[in-house]
Amino acid sequence: MKIRIIALIVMSMAIQSLMAQKYVTKTGRIRFYSDTPMEKIEGVNQQVNSAFDLATGQMVFKVLMKSFGFEKALMQEHFNENYAESDKFPNAIFKGTVAGLQSIDFLKDGKHNVEVGGDLTIHGVTQKVKTTATLESRGGKIIGHAVFNVNPKDYGINIPTAVVKQIAETIEVTVDATYDKMN
Amino acid sequence: MNLLKRMWVIVLLTGLVQGASAQDDLMNMLGDNKPATEYAYATFKTTRVVLNHSIQSPAKGDLLFIISHHFGRLNQGAYDLFGLDQATIRFGFEYGISDRLAIGVGRSTYKKMFDGFVKYKLLQQSRGEKNMPVSVSYFGSMGINSLKWENTDRVNYFSSRLSFVHQLLIARKFSSSFSLQLTPTVVHRNFVPLKEDQNTVFAMGAGGRLKLTQRMSVNAEYFYLLPGKTADAYDNSLSIGFDIETGGHVFQLFFTNSVPINENAFITETQGDWLKGDIYFGFNITRTFTLGRK
Repeated sequence: MKIRIIALIVMSMAIQSLMAQKYVTKTGRIRFYSDTPMEKIEGVNQQVNSAFDLATGQMVFKVLMKSFGFEKALMQEHFNENYAESDKFPNAIFKGTVAGLQSIDFLKDGKHNVEVGGDLTIHGVTQKVKTTATLESRGGKIIGHAVFNVNPKDYGINIPTAVVKQIAETIEVTVDATYDKMN
Repeated sequence: MNLLKRMWVIVLLTGLVQGASAQDDLMNMLGDNKPATEYAYATFKTTRVVLNHSIQSPAKGDLLFIISHHFGRLNQGAYDLFGLDQATIRFGFEYGISDRLAIGVGRSTYKKMFDGFVKYKLLQQSRGEKNMPVSVSYFGSMGINSLKWENTDRVNYFSSRLSFVHQLLIARKFSSSFSLQLTPTVVHRNFVPLKEDQNTVFAMGAGGRLKLTQRMSVNAEYFYLLPGKTADAYDNSLSIGFDIETGGHVFQLFFTNSVPINENAFITETQGDWLKGDIYFGFNITRTFTLGRK
């Protein structure tokens, strides 16, 4: 009898892991862009970690703040020292879900609109975010793309009055990730 | 029957447990993407601790314009508005040729001195695959005293105008808010007024900063002259001040007992006693211009 129970457990786990179709990337790209008449600031991180489970729709991102590159060295220093406080809060994290996956057949190539929502943690502060995104399946890979806005104030990042004209109140974030299937 | 029920419970439970941890599983699948070696950055806000150079150098392609101002003595009283009627100034440019090598030039009213320097990063504080507890830079400068000759009766050589400073800047960023720097120094003057004056003076500098807020820190700096004629005749330089950073500018406001601004002079020619009120208010303003793109 015991053997049968164990067999059941193993089987139920096996079924679940068969259903779990996990996709990962280590080279996701996140760009943020602050545009004011005084100054344009662009930070790009090309080493974004993300994983995505087709079966459950769950999606996670882990973004090392120090990996953002800027046009000017001083911008990078100020970003890490003054705003993101990267020593204290090394990563930005997103844990969320993608809605509307059931109706999509990822075996066929094509582009689909989806809704992504979840918890975004930046600078140690967690906020709910929601955005539309596209998922494209192409040659066994899934390519994700999303654009949404964040407000530094919501994440406890204060912009001092001296530079308030140089930094936009709302910052545009663009996410691009090409996921490979996990074996 | 009973057994079958129990089996279902087990199946459901394993399923539930797996579902709850799925997001964390996904999270755990992600690597850390951390670079193998992490280098310390922004050990100081700018290229000066207070008067002396800090371990900080302009980044490659960055041009720094720095204006320094030391007013007169506070204890001169209200007639001179506590020293604000007088000023010693220096303005200079610094440029990052590479992320390791920087050069600079300046001109100061003190002895109408022109100066030029090189600064080279030898070691960079790091942790991870490469562990290095401190950052070390070499700093070397030459000063040219351009005052008219005091004594025109004798033969005066151009070389008599020159003085040299060699320093090792040894710094460690202990935390995001606390940094220290030790600065062993040799100052060589080709020409000194008296026979018993030292041409070569050794000194040890120590400085540090403590961040009060993100953009403001309190800094202090002290130079100890090693025993000798110069140490007997002059005072050790002590400066205390604040760094205030506003985007592209860094303002340093400080009190010091040194009139000269250059390292060629303030280390060996400070005459002022803090306890007697021989204190000078001063400031540096540093502006960064990014000429080269990364």
